[in-house]
Amino acid sequence: MIETDILIIGAGPTGLFAVFEAGLLKLKCHIIDALPQIGGQLAELYPKKPIFDIPGFPEVLAGDLVTNLMEQIKQFQPGFTLAETAETIDKLEDGTFIVTTNKGTKHHSKAVAIAGGLGTFEPRIPQLKTISFYEEKGVEYFVKDPELFRNKRIVIAGGGDSALDWSIFLSNVASEVTLVHRRNEFRGALDSVEKVQELKKSGTINLITPAEVVAINGKNHVESITLENEGVQQVFETDFFIPLFGLTPKLGAIANWGLEIEKNCIKVNNALDYQTNIPGIYAIGDVNTYPGKLKLILCGFHEATLMCQSVYQRINPGKKYVLKYTTVSGVDGFDGTRKEAEKAVLKSIN
Amino acid sequence: MTKDITIIITDREGVIHQVQAPTDMNLNIMELIRMFELAPEGTVGVCGGMAMCASCQCYILNDVLKTERNDDEEAMLSEAYHIKSNSRLGCQIPISDAIDGLELEIAPEQ
Repeated sequence: MIETDILIIGAGPTGLFAVFEAGLLKLKCHIIDALPQIGGQLAELYPKKPIFDIPGFPEVLAGDLVTNLMEQIKQFQPGFTLAETAETIDKLEDGTFIVTTNKGTKHHSKAVAIAGGLGTFEPRIPQLKTISFYEEKGVEYFVKDPELFRNKRIVIAGGGDSALDWSIFLSNVASEVTLVHRRNEFRGALDSVEKVQELKKSGTINLITPAEVVAINGKNHVESITLENEGVQQVFETDFFIPLFGLTPKLGAIANWGLEIEKNCIKVNNALDYQTNIPGIYAIGDVNTYPGKLKLILCGFHEATLMCQSVYQRINPGKKYVLKYTTVSGVDGFDGTRKEAEKAVLKSIN
Repeated sequence: MTKDITIIITDREGVIHQVQAPTDMNLNIMELIRMFELAPEGTVGVCGGMAMCASCQCYILNDVLKTERNDDEEAMLSEAYHIKSNSRLGCQIPISDAIDGLELEIAPEQ
């Protein structure tokens, strides 16, 4: 059982910054995220896009903001449960919570902050009639364990970064890698496109474009796929079919936690402490709604700060708290480090 | 003061809405759909308007729009569902005087 003060669901910018504000109050955080990496939308959707409305940064790449936030919070040693989805929540008699993930990992915490952004990212599934039959029988929507494909023939479909990156990576693992895309142009990082081009030239990767997978064939497991280009069909033998058509966000299991939901978002008490209708469960960032809500990262930072203050009061009822400024008090990390302003030196001028 | 333009939008339930769109707010069609709440929150403009999700896909119903799909839009639509020859991404169509009278239908959810 993982023990923590605040369990944060969602490793996007709001969830990450909450770790810092909690740390200033000596509260320990643990973060759950459905994706295998931190950063939420910023890392998954637009790592290379600039953001212009982060105070103090005239321009910052989304991916760099995530890196900076991680640097900012590292001394507070947050724990992470990545590539797992928060499934169930149980409130104990003492007001604490147990949150269990889809893989059975249990987290015991004094408060829960849902910072789930748009929701859990789920794969976009191609509209092929029999695809659900072949799930875990040769159709994979994520590459969770590359070893599954060792010495196997695989077909990857898609035109974005994941399709390109996994084609490159798996070309060293699988016996045969084929990349299929509906267009000749790919929209991924230039170096990935160039690398795939190079691997195509050397015969390491088969590239079939423009073409579309229109059927999956096989008795009990994928044996082949049918490709179509301008009405001409071709059957292509393979052991695995990996469609990587991006991810789409869904509120997921959290929608069944008894929280008040409005317009696909979690209702919170406006501008007080962003608590939901269940005391001890907070919702911060893009996932919440209240009159006047703005889905901006900078608003998420503010909400995270107020949430932490409220959790502090919840955990330490009756304890007086005096707001401190990091400039004056410095930052004491849980790892024993201390950051502080240089002391002014008093010298008399003769 | 700039004059509003008229856009006619058929929502996902088939209801036709005639909306007045301001041309001085740097809006696009996706934002207009959200502004008038013509699709449930969270089902349109998911990526915020970066041509990265196709949740704002629309079918263009008349010949008012003279611009073609841009590269990002073409790439996204090539991976999206329910695509027709008149599919466009609402987030890539800026609201301007040039599209006064545009008629469109919001495509089904992805």
